[in-house]
Amino acid sequence: MSTATAAAAPGAAAPPRRPGLLRTAWRYHRTKIGVVLTAAVLLVAAVGPFVSPYSPTEMAGTPNATGIDGALFGTDNVGRDVLSRFLHGGYTLVAIAVLSALAGVAAGAVIGIVAGYLRNWADELLMRTNDMLLAFPQLVLALLLLSILGPQVWLIVVIIAVSHANRVARVVREATLKVVEQDFVKSAEAIGLPRWRIMASEILPNITSPLLVELGLRITYSVGTIATLSFLGMGLQPPTADWGLMINEGRVAITVQPWAVVLPVTAVAVLTIGANLITDGLSRASIGIDRGVEK
Amino acid sequence: MSGNPQQEAALALGVQGLTVIGRPSDVEIISDITLTVRRGEICGLVGESGSGKTTLGLSLLAHCKRGTEVTRGAVEVAGTALTGLSEAEVRRLRGRAVAYIPQSPASALNPALRLRTQLAEALHSWNEEEQGTRADRVREVLREVALPDDDAFLARYPHQLSGGQQQRVAIAMAFIDRPDVIVMDEPTTGLDVTTQAHVLETIRSMTRQHGTAGVYISHDMAVVADLADEIAVMYRGEVVERGRAAEVLADPEHDYTRRLLRAVPLLKTSGHAEPEEDGGEPLLKISGLQAGYGSTTVLRGIDVEVRRGECVALLGESGSGKTTLSRSVAGLHTQFSGGLLLDGEQLAASSYRRTAEQRRRVQYIFQNPYEALNPRKRVRDLVLAPYTHLMGKPKDPDAVVHEALERAALPASYAARFPEQLSGGERQRVGIARAIATGPDLLICDEITSALDVSVQAEIVKLLRALQDDGMALLFVTHNIALVSNIAQKVAVLNKGEIVEYGPVGEVMSAPGHDYTRALIADTPDFELSFGESPMHRGAQAPEKAAGQ
Repeated sequence: MSTATAAAAPGAAAPPRRPGLLRTAWRYHRTKIGVVLTAAVLLVAAVGPFVSPYSPTEMAGTPNATGIDGALFGTDNVGRDVLSRFLHGGYTLVAIAVLSALAGVAAGAVIGIVAGYLRNWADELLMRTNDMLLAFPQLVLALLLLSILGPQVWLIVVIIAVSHANRVARVVREATLKVVEQDFVKSAEAIGLPRWRIMASEILPNITSPLLVELGLRITYSVGTIATLSFLGMGLQPPTADWGLMINEGRVAITVQPWAVVLPVTAVAVLTIGANLITDGLSRASIGIDRGVEK
Repeated sequence: MSGNPQQEAALALGVQGLTVIGRPSDVEIISDITLTVRRGEICGLVGESGSGKTTLGLSLLAHCKRGTEVTRGAVEVAGTALTGLSEAEVRRLRGRAVAYIPQSPASALNPALRLRTQLAEALHSWNEEEQGTRADRVREVLREVALPDDDAFLARYPHQLSGGQQQRVAIAMAFIDRPDVIVMDEPTTGLDVTTQAHVLETIRSMTRQHGTAGVYISHDMAVVADLADEIAVMYRGEVVERGRAAEVLADPEHDYTRRLLRAVPLLKTSGHAEPEEDGGEPLLKISGLQAGYGSTTVLRGIDVEVRRGECVALLGESGSGKTTLSRSVAGLHTQFSGGLLLDGEQLAASSYRRTAEQRRRVQYIFQNPYEALNPRKRVRDLVLAPYTHLMGKPKDPDAVVHEALERAALPASYAARFPEQLSGGERQRVGIARAIATGPDLLICDEITSALDVSVQAEIVKLLRALQDDGMALLFVTHNIALVSNIAQKVAVLNKGEIVEYGPVGEVMSAPGHDYTRALIADTPDFELSFGESPMHRGAQAPEKAAGQ
C-alpha cells in the first residue's frame, strides 16, 4: 500500500474515498425506517393545514361525538373537528422543536469548541457555568421561567435551546479535545492562523459526526419537552391546535372520544422513534460499527 | 503434548496454503501462505504495512479480525490442527499451544489489574498439582525475562512500569504457559534502541531455552536480520521469498526483498562533505536555552547552531526533550528562556508573536502523517494554506501547489485528493510539500520517518537530501541513530534534557566521546549489505564494524 510513490503515473485514478457519514448511515435498515417514520410525521405537519376539512377552531358538531358525518375522527371537548386540529397541530410543535434543537446545538458547539480548544480560564468559566445550569432539572427550570414571564413561543424556544446547549457543550468539548491533540491543529498554530479560524476551519469540520448525532437526539428531546409543556398548560395556549395541548384537552373524555388523544400521541411517538432510529444509524456510522473490509 | 517426539522437535508450526479474505468485498488479504517454523527457531516475517503480516499473525492464533475470514488452508501447531476447531477449543489452546505478543504493551495490559493477577490470568489451564503453584510459575517467568520477582513488583500496576518493562511483562505473559509457538507483532516498534536491544535479547534467549518456535513480524530488515533464523518476505498478501536468514540476506532472489534490504540505513557512513564554514552569522542560533512544563525543567543549557544548507540532527530517546526543543523553535512551545536567534534576531516564544516573515522562514514537519493533515481538506488546500496566510493570495495558486508537490516528488494530480486517499509515505510528502510551499530557510523535521515503513523512510530521506542541496537548512529530530549518518552533517546527542555530545557526524559516530552515545551505537542493530550498491548508502565505503564497542 505504502509503496505507491512518486513513481505512480500522474494520471492514475485516485483510490475511492470512504463514503461519508450520511451515505454510511443510509446503509442501515434502521436509518431507512427512521427516515420513513420521521418523513411521514413531518408530511402531516407540513401539508396538514392545507388539506384539513375544517379550520382548527371551527365548530363541527356536538362535543365529544364520534361517528358523525363529515368528521372522520369525531369532535373534541368543545365540538371542533379532531382530524382538522390534528392536521393543524403539528407544524408548531415540529417548528419549535427543530428551531430550538438547531439553536441549542449551535450554541453548544460554539461553547464546546471554545472551551475544548482554549483550555484556559475560559474553559473553566464556561464549563463550570455549564455544570451549574446542568444541575437544574430541565423541566422545572422551564416551568419556573414560563410561569414568571408567561407562556410565549420565543421563550419556549430559548429555554429549550439553553438546556440543550449545556448538554451539547459537554459532548462537543470531549470531541474537540480529541481533535486538538492532533498535529494538523499544531501545524495551523505554527503558521499563526488566527484562533477563531482554527476553530472554524480545522476543528469544526472534524466534529461534524458527533454534532449530527447530537442534533438528532436534541430534536427528539425537544419534541418531548414541548409536548410535555403544552400538556401542563405552559406551552402553546388554547385555542391553538397543538398535539401536546390536544392530549391535555382530550384526556378527560378519553373513554368516549379516544381519537383526540390517540392521534397526537401516535404522531409524537412515531416522530420520536423515527428521529431516534436516524440518530442511532448516524452514531453507528460515525463509530464505524460493521464497516468490514471495503477495498 | 502427544505425538512423535522426533517430528515435534523438527516442526512446531506448519501453515499450508492459508488464505484469508475480507468481507464484504471478498478481497484476499493473504493468499496461499505456506510457512514452517522449527522448535527453538525464529521466523522473521517482513513486509511493509498493508502486506498482510498482522492478518497472518492473528490467523496463526486462529483469530480473525472483524470482517475477515479464513477460507482455505490449515494451521498446525505442534501436531494439532487449529483450523476447523470450535471457538471454545481454540481458546483452550491459546496461551498453551500458541501465544501472542502485541505491538503496544501499554494497550495490551489491563491497566486495572496488578501484575500478579494479570500474569496468573494467562495460566487458565494450569494444573497446580502436576506443575506446581501458579504463584511459583509467575515468579519463575518474571526471572526468565530479567524482571524482579518480589512481592512489591508483583503488586504493581502496568502504568508503574517503563515501556520496556511493560513489553517484557507482555513477553512473560506469552511465555508463562510454555507455548509451542509464539507470535510477535512488531513488539519493539515503540521502544528506544537500548530497550529494543534488551527486549530482543530476552526473546532470543527465551525461544532458544524453551524450544519455542517464534514468528517475528516486522517491517525492519535490520531487526529481523539480527534475530531470525529464517526469513519470510511478504508482499501484497503473499510470501514472495522464504529461506534461511543468512541466505536471504546474502543472496536475495526477489526484487522486493532487495528493495527492502537497500532501504535499511547503514549505521556508519564515511559522513558527508562538511559545508565550508562561511564564518558569518548562523541561520539559527540557540544559546543557553532552558525549557519546561510548569515547574518541571526538561531542557537545560542547550547550545545548537544551524547554518544555511546544513543539516543538524538532534538525536535522543523518548523523554530526552528533543520534541520540546523543536517545538520551541517553531513557536509551539512557549515555556522557555534563553537565546533563540534567527539570522541574529531573537524569536518570540509564541508563533503568534512572531512576524509573518519569521513564521514563513521556519517551517515544521510533523511526526505522524496520519494526524498532521486535516482529513476534511484536499491536498491543494492543505499545501496552499500556509502560503495564503503568510504571503497573501498567490496570483496562480495552481502553480504554487504544483511546484511544491513536484519538489516533494508527488504528481500534480494528487492536488485533488483527500488525505485518506494517500498512503502514509504520500501523506508525509504532502506534509513536506506544505512546509516547502512558502520557500522557508529552515525546516524542522520532528521524527518525520518514525511512523513510516523502512522502505518509505529511505525515499523521504532522499527527498530531504535533495532539499538540502537546494540550500535549505534542516533541524532533523530523530531517535534513530542510523538515520543520522545518512542525512546530517552535525549531530547533537540529547540525554535527559542536556546535550551530551555535539559535533560533526563523522567524528561523533567513529569516536563517540560520551558513554551514552557509545551505548546508543552499540544497541542499534547493524548489518551490512553483501550485495549491490544502495541509494541509502551513497558514499558509504565498507564501514568498520562497530568501532565504538
